[in-house]
Amino acid sequence: MNESLLTAPCCRQCRHTPSTPCSDLIECIDHGPVCHDDDGCRDERARRLARARRGGDGMVLFVGAGTCGRANGALTVIAKMEAYLQHRGLDVPIVETGCVGYCQREVFVDLVTADGVRLSYCDLGPDTVDEFLEAVFGRRELHNRFLLGRYDDPDGLYGDVPPLAETPFFARQTKVVLANCGVVDPASLDAALAAGGFRAAATALVTMTPEEVCDELIASGLRGRGGAGFPTGRKWKVALEQPRPQKYLICNADEGDPGAFMDRAVLESDPFRVVEGMVVAAYAIGATKGYVYCRAEYPLAVERLREAIRQCRAAGLLGRNILGSLTDFDITIKMGAGAFVCGEETAILASIEGGRGMPRPRPPYPAVSGLHGCPTVLNNVETLANVPAVVNGGAEWFAGLGCGDAAGTKVFALSGRIRNTGLVEVPVGIPLREVVYGIGGGAPAGHHIKAVQIGGPSGGCIPDELLDVPTDYGTLQELGAMMGSGGMVVMDERSCMVDVAKFFMEFIRNESCGKCTPCREGTTRMLEILTEFTERPVGDDLRRLERFRGILHLEELAETVKETSLCGLGQSAANPVLSTLRFFRDEYEAHIMESVCPAGACQGLRMYDIDPEVCTGCTLCAKNCPSGAIIGKRKFAHAIIVDRCTGCGACADACPKQAVLAVA
Amino acid sequence: MSITINGREIEATAGETVLQVARRAGIEIPHLCSLDWAPSPSASCRLCVVEVEGAPRLQTSCTLEARDGLSVQTHTPRVLKARRAILELLVASHPQDCLSCARGGDCELAGLASDLGVRRRRYVGAVKHHPADISSPALWRDPDKCVLCGRCVTMCHDVQGIGAIDFVGRGFKTRVAPGFSLGLNVSDCVFCGQCARVCPTGAIVERDQVDDVVAALADPDITVVAQVAPAVPATLLEGHSKSEGVRTMLERLAASLKRVGFDAVFDTGFAADLTIMEEGSELLDRIVHGGVLPMFTSCSPAWVHYVETHRPELIPHLSTCKSPQQMAGALIKEIYPAYAGVDRDKLVVVSIMPCTAKKFEAQDLTGVDYVLTTRELEHLWGRFGVDFAHATEQTPLDPPFSEASGAGRLFAGSGGVMEAALRTAHKLVAGKELAGDPKITEARGLDGVRRFTVSAGEAELGLAVVNGLGRVRDTIDELLNADPPVHFVEVMSCPGGCVGGGGQPYDTDAAAIKERLQRLYEVDRRSRTRRSHENSEVQSLYEDLLGRPLGEVSHRLLHRTYTDRRRGDVAAV
Amino acid sequence: MSAVDTIITAHGDGLTREQLIPLLQEIQGADGFVSAAAMVKVAGALDTPVSRVYGVATFYNQFRFAPLGEHVIQICRGTACHVKQSLALAQHLKRRLKLREDGNSADGRYTVVTVACLGACSIAPVLKLDGEFYGHLTREKLDALLDEVEAGAEAAA
Repeated sequence: MNESLLTAPCCRQCRHTPSTPCSDLIECIDHGPVCHDDDGCRDERARRLARARRGGDGMVLFVGAGTCGRANGALTVIAKMEAYLQHRGLDVPIVETGCVGYCQREVFVDLVTADGVRLSYCDLGPDTVDEFLEAVFGRRELHNRFLLGRYDDPDGLYGDVPPLAETPFFARQTKVVLANCGVVDPASLDAALAAGGFRAAATALVTMTPEEVCDELIASGLRGRGGAGFPTGRKWKVALEQPRPQKYLICNADEGDPGAFMDRAVLESDPFRVVEGMVVAAYAIGATKGYVYCRAEYPLAVERLREAIRQCRAAGLLGRNILGSLTDFDITIKMGAGAFVCGEETAILASIEGGRGMPRPRPPYPAVSGLHGCPTVLNNVETLANVPAVVNGGAEWFAGLGCGDAAGTKVFALSGRIRNTGLVEVPVGIPLREVVYGIGGGAPAGHHIKAVQIGGPSGGCIPDELLDVPTDYGTLQELGAMMGSGGMVVMDERSCMVDVAKFFMEFIRNESCGKCTPCREGTTRMLEILTEFTERPVGDDLRRLERFRGILHLEELAETVKETSLCGLGQSAANPVLSTLRFFRDEYEAHIMESVCPAGACQGLRMYDIDPEVCTGCTLCAKNCPSGAIIGKRKFAHAIIVDRCTGCGACADACPKQAVLAVA
Repeated sequence: MSITINGREIEATAGETVLQVARRAGIEIPHLCSLDWAPSPSASCRLCVVEVEGAPRLQTSCTLEARDGLSVQTHTPRVLKARRAILELLVASHPQDCLSCARGGDCELAGLASDLGVRRRRYVGAVKHHPADISSPALWRDPDKCVLCGRCVTMCHDVQGIGAIDFVGRGFKTRVAPGFSLGLNVSDCVFCGQCARVCPTGAIVERDQVDDVVAALADPDITVVAQVAPAVPATLLEGHSKSEGVRTMLERLAASLKRVGFDAVFDTGFAADLTIMEEGSELLDRIVHGGVLPMFTSCSPAWVHYVETHRPELIPHLSTCKSPQQMAGALIKEIYPAYAGVDRDKLVVVSIMPCTAKKFEAQDLTGVDYVLTTRELEHLWGRFGVDFAHATEQTPLDPPFSEASGAGRLFAGSGGVMEAALRTAHKLVAGKELAGDPKITEARGLDGVRRFTVSAGEAELGLAVVNGLGRVRDTIDELLNADPPVHFVEVMSCPGGCVGGGGQPYDTDAAAIKERLQRLYEVDRRSRTRRSHENSEVQSLYEDLLGRPLGEVSHRLLHRTYTDRRRGDVAAV
Repeated sequence: MSAVDTIITAHGDGLTREQLIPLLQEIQGADGFVSAAAMVKVAGALDTPVSRVYGVATFYNQFRFAPLGEHVIQICRGTACHVKQSLALAQHLKRRLKLREDGNSADGRYTVVTVACLGACSIAPVLKLDGEFYGHLTREKLDALLDEVEAGAEAAA
């Protein structure tokens, strides 16, 4: 069933059906009908488009209900709204959208007023939604404490409300990939079409040759947004040039880098953009079958994508002879099963083929021999989401967006110890400080930023004093970090950099596929050494000596793992260690030589003491101690056996008298 | 095309890897995972890294294909350092029980550690702790000694098509194990032992029966006799002068075995000739009397076990003949006590085989007490201080099973049973010998499946040779329904036949197997009798005891039945 | 017919090795875990060795080989969550629910799984309880959440 009105015929003269697709389908949405001249049809089409743009007739409510919105109570907000509206007898449709990127201020609710201006409200939640509804629908106060900004206001009706795009969080951003996110109904093809969707697909499939599409991409300078940053157009061209009948396109949505969530947000908020990007890519390389390999941890993204694919099929935008261009292409969703290494392109292939997700040596590169031995292009979600913009705006425009060594924009995921968490999209190459301080607002009050971790487990930590560097591929790599997928985790003085290195090493150790020796064995040894640093030295002198030797071993191991590992995951596994050693060597030295964690973050170096004056002998601390380190008789002061204490702090948490004190 | 290795220009052919080119040129690049039989390199051990001119990173020579102008350095300081570092990592999680390891002085890992100068255990930390698996009668596994090179998994899945073991788990916890980490005895394993043959460490070895044999030899009340399979002398000739033939080697072997206490040494090749008499007659019988066809050979115990466990519906197709090992065993136990005047209950039969599955067969049937693989034979020499390489003494093998025709010797190689059977079948069907040189070229070689037809008299026989279990899955059903029909199929479980058996010396390249096959062809060519039915001992055996092929006594001693051993729901275990 | 048979049958004749992971996922979706019996059936349906099915299943974190507790908690240990003290939360959870090595609580009612990253970093620290996300957690909020689950269980009893 095709519930899309925009792709439905206006009258009998329109011949488009999903099985007999018309190459003017998209053109007809904007300026239709093309094949015949009829004022009635023209009006009908215009009416449909206007309605789809607006989201409905009359007032419309949009609620940001992506994963983060939902975690902040978006679904309860919606339920309360429905109850309120029903109670008041108001017929206002509620549309679920994805995430506008400003996660810190979720839940976002947008209201399209009766006069067609869209206002954006934030900081809503289950507790405050009633107040909001009463203000808007009861007292008709559109200006209330939740109002953040407005969208287009051509008639100047809301001149006193700042345009959303000019509010501090959004002002420095350039939205290309995220343009529709949180704005457009992600479950409606018509909403996507009304917002400009599938114009690029129509341009590419109907008016360009595959070579031209590849060349346009090459000229645009778009580089892969998933990690390594390989030029997208060149990858496509290699695949296009393979003389094989069967080729595949794989959208890598196995966003495994902890700290990165842009792919999830894009799939949840604008899945049609990804589908369109895939259609263009498939056309450019000659693939008829596509896969989206998505993490199992992203159920909502998969649900939205599945729905988008269904609607596109129903409208003839996927399947056979898309837009009458004789291009066949369809998409299958494959769910990941929990393996970080499956973000690596050859591991994805193994996983899709039904095997253990273990990388294989390259060459041959997948573009030459990939899935089932056929030429296969793998692009990540954000890369593909950029494709429609490149085709629509042209290579020159796109290249002009970025600075430094890359073109276009990059989405970063801001999280950690920062005021404004969320997704931001900025021109590639703007200074890191601009992102972290300008948009992110810096550290929370009373704290200061120590470092920004970029690029996940393959990346590195850039200290605050170097944040003026541009966010381009080359510079980040020089600093021992990498663009990666664009996760930025901000750390303040409460984070210990040895602990952070240990955290990443534990991650990689757990996620190493176990195939090649250096990664499997080397990460285990590096983790052991780092763990030793973050715990109090125990045992004989030899162990203490090992602790000092550890730092030498660590550097050598890092070198070996980097130089000899099979895949990118292993080759970059040591980056978190190398970059923290480079910029925060003093912290390592404090751990090793003085057994002190300057940030106070390493549990194993923490020591606790019980104040005998305050302790009432209630025994709660002893009962809660997981390592049996506390002794004492009931009603007598207790004491901690230092050698047994693991520094977990359970005693301090349990003590009703605050008699347990941290001493180091 | 030519490439430059360490400044030396070396000819290379397209598709060859730098590792292969270097090896040909006498430059040994260390490696643990590379394997001739692998469909594509796994490149997992990373030891074979080399420096490539113009490339910033080290590259694995097992994946680096030769191309014009390529210039590599195989042993620079940078490379040596990286290799040693990798090996140190393998050593760190490896058990430290080399002194009591089954691989003893014959371990690739220990050899590499020595070559690369690993002189101490640099890292102290987690080691592996996985339970050992001694559930199988043929193969024992100690996963703690595994370096995860994956050769065994490649052999089991990609070469043999069995898939009894695979990688389990992930990361540092990865190990190689059968499904659900249960024992090999309840897995899909058919005991072919190809895994053990390529294992670089002591992680998979044959079930060691040297001590049992030594104990039997030490008991003065017990008579211990040996039978030696044709593949064993063909293998032991490796590294010996070209002039020395299989026959001489057998006699040297007999002399040394007697030195360590064996009372008699027999030639299993004799039983191979006997097998031909029975199996050839059975084939004829099936053709004439409308029996189940095609008939499959039953000499390879891993193949027999495969049918019993994986495809029991094919049991009627299996020849009811015992394998030569078991025919010999049954006859020794039947005849030898009276012949030599010893007590039947005090007679122990030891067979020396290129095979691990024979250990299972020996447990399943009654003719043989202990099976020693070619590798265990080395351990036996070690136990008794025999310097076999320099032992020149020769002794004829013992009657009444001392003789084998050239056909019987061919049994050790793929196509050999077919060739031997055809030589005799021709006589049985056509009533006269094959004219001229009885060499049957179509049966020879190393191709996975060889199909051909032979006219014998008026009959046109459809024939097939399946070399290695790996081709069974995709060919057997086709052979069953072939038109024109296939009458006789030889299946040998191991690539190349018994000369490539799972009990043969550790090896990762296919060249040695080809050489052994050539030796078999050579000994056949030089044999005085080249047809099984010409074997005089076989002839007298029929006169004195058996009467005729497929007769009553034959049935009792030389034929067997099979059991449907299809694995139930393993999960219920 | 068991759930496993139904799932396999529903795929019809077109089953290929590509369906191995999806089949295991569907089975886990229906049964909560993948039993050895189910893997044997999958191996049979795909004409693939059991060892390979087991090897694939044990490679991926998602698959569980024993039944789950009534309530499933996925606690995120991603970078952003780590920086915001998720380790302390995990340890608290471990103590409060008396978790065993396999992640099941002593009473078997809870299963706690550590997830590398839930991809909800902007609301760190975060966990997922029975499919719902809970962000900006503190020890107190976590306790309140668990109290609520317990109260619900008592009310139902």
